[in-house]
Amino acid sequence: MADTVQPTNMDLLRFATAGSVDDGKSTLIGRLLLDSKSIFEDQLEAVEATSQSKGYDYTDLALLTDGLRSEREQGITIDVAYRYFATPNRKFIIADTPGHVQYTRNMVTGASTADLGLVLVDARNGLTEQSRRHAVILSLLRVPHMVLAINKMDLVDFSQETYEKIHAEFTQFATKLNIPDLEVIPISALAGDNVVNRSENMSWYSGPTLMHHLEHVHVASDRDLIDARFPVQYVVRPKSDEHHDYRGYGGMVAGGVLKPGDEVVVLPSGMTSKIAGIDLFDREIDEAFPPMSVTVRLEDDVDVSRGDMIARVRNAPTPSQDIDAMVCWMTTTPLKPRQKLAIKHTTRTARALVKDIQYRLDVNTLHRDQETKELGVNEIGRVQLRTTVPLLCDPYSQNRTTGSFILIDEATGVTVGAGMINSGS
Amino acid sequence: MTETHADYRLSQLDQLEAESIHIFREVAAEFEKPVLMFSGGKDSIVMLRLAEKAFYPAKIPFPVLQVDTGLDFPEVLETRDNWVNRLGVRLVVASIDDAIANGVVVDDGKTSRNRMQIGTLLNAIEENGFTAAFGGGRRDEEKARAKERVYSHRDEFGQWDPKNQRPELWSLYNGRLHEGEHMRIFPISNWTELDIWDYIGREGIEIPNIYFSHQRRVFVRDGMLMSETPLNPLRAGEVVEERTVRFRTCGDISLTGCVESTASTIPEIIEEIAVAKLTERGATRGDDRFSEAAMEDRKKEGYF
Repeated sequence: MADTVQPTNMDLLRFATAGSVDDGKSTLIGRLLLDSKSIFEDQLEAVEATSQSKGYDYTDLALLTDGLRSEREQGITIDVAYRYFATPNRKFIIADTPGHVQYTRNMVTGASTADLGLVLVDARNGLTEQSRRHAVILSLLRVPHMVLAINKMDLVDFSQETYEKIHAEFTQFATKLNIPDLEVIPISALAGDNVVNRSENMSWYSGPTLMHHLEHVHVASDRDLIDARFPVQYVVRPKSDEHHDYRGYGGMVAGGVLKPGDEVVVLPSGMTSKIAGIDLFDREIDEAFPPMSVTVRLEDDVDVSRGDMIARVRNAPTPSQDIDAMVCWMTTTPLKPRQKLAIKHTTRTARALVKDIQYRLDVNTLHRDQETKELGVNEIGRVQLRTTVPLLCDPYSQNRTTGSFILIDEATGVTVGAGMINSGS
Repeated sequence: MTETHADYRLSQLDQLEAESIHIFREVAAEFEKPVLMFSGGKDSIVMLRLAEKAFYPAKIPFPVLQVDTGLDFPEVLETRDNWVNRLGVRLVVASIDDAIANGVVVDDGKTSRNRMQIGTLLNAIEENGFTAAFGGGRRDEEKARAKERVYSHRDEFGQWDPKNQRPELWSLYNGRLHEGEHMRIFPISNWTELDIWDYIGREGIEIPNIYFSHQRRVFVRDGMLMSETPLNPLRAGEVVEERTVRFRTCGDISLTGCVESTASTIPEIIEEIAVAKLTERGATRGDDRFSEAAMEDRKKEGYF
């Protein structure tokens, strides 16, 4: 029955959107979905019916993205929502985060997996505190590409001057941030200018449309292909007659390129061996790179278990129990020194003690507040932790997988913090 | 198949596969007693394939759970048995009929079998002590699902609290549970309907043949084409006729409609979906049509 067919060879772009309803973010997402034909008739009809029953004289595309009953009732977005659309060459996953409620927590969550961050501003208002904050969070989370979409250009007569002014103001602000790639695009989400189709109203703009940019921005080289990192997730031991001696280490490549014959070190034990083979299901492959999930076999019978890390002999992460990190706090009970939490870093779980909170970062002004010795909900600060066992960590700026962790409240089991490692020592 | 490219690019299907395998391994490593909820539909078949790959050459280290509604398509049960036998996994069947007989759920003549799945499922999870249950839900399917986590926490009543979900960052999943709670795991959250078909085509794996075009005796109910079956008695005015159809989803036979289609191969199905005007659930699932928040309400109670 099912013949093997050649699937479309698309690649994938994950992007996070930030902005509030007032900036037209939901309208923009609705437009991307609509113009890429990712909305079905029944979805559109439901939205049209709701718009009508609410007495609107236009179809409110924002209703497409409000998933939960309580959101529709209250007219707000309360959580990160994931949306999907595709063009012939690329599939897109949007992490759509609300602008107001729990903004930091949700934006950090959405940005954590994003290749690109899309910040929306209203051309009439220019940069606001909120748009600056969004840019700061994208920068902290090391999202490699950023688009500043200046929306509602139709309401400022498609003025080049307005565009240039906001562009310049943002570029000035961005010098304090870490944004390797920035594109500033003037659009009108409602009318569709420069979203998918080039605007006839802004001939002065020679850059790409938003869709063109999303389709072509180069993301494959964003991953670290130099420093080999393989956190061991699961030991595969069939114990069957056919595969009696098979022992493989399942995991997702977090960095670098692994090849059979590579000399490797297993951390934290420090034992060395060579890669005997790399399996992807029933095939042996020549190399593995991020983000492939593979099974690695070693030549020697060394002791390896979940939570260990396979790296290169002369290029390995630092095992460290003292972690210096930026932490985003996500629960109403504040984070305080001496607090104990569970920490999950790659495939390793340990306990952590808060040694110090060095400062709280004001995400609007980038001011470092050293007076406050606690972090409230949705606040970000620099924190020193001491862990029960060494973590095999890299700076987050080098590797977003081996440089990140979550903090878990041991009593409630809830994820209460997200951390980005500056350094371990 | 995955090819390694000079520029180390991974196709979107390979990226999705890698992410799902990562989730399967994470759960197998961290949970005491996982189980895979298998409906026999294309999504749960893709899940089984991914689980097979995650642990190969070892067997899948957890059983498969099916809720037998008594209203399943025979073709679906046959495919289920083929998969289970080939992989050598244990099959746990939780039957709604048994659940009614044992007083686990009440058949008051008004509640649909679809609804009774919830009590039957929760009871099976509790009785077997399962701490994690994989489900084939996709975020592109439905608005409530778009906001659900990969690790979706359920309290001791099996309920989902959409307003109080744990943040989920990077690929770091939090599997902490208290006594009596469990986790629903959605390893194919980021797949779309088209991805599923691309993958089934690429892997050349077996799915129930009702997904492909065939002749069937059907009648029209609530604007949907329903199968003629003793399990679904005709109502006044309903007329049976033979048409060329296929199913876009595999739910229970009394609620799942088919669409007229001549698509008999996977490329033809993909072509058909690409121009489809209705979502797969909107087109053919009676269970999602009752209200705008039908899925959200059932999920809160403990539905898949």
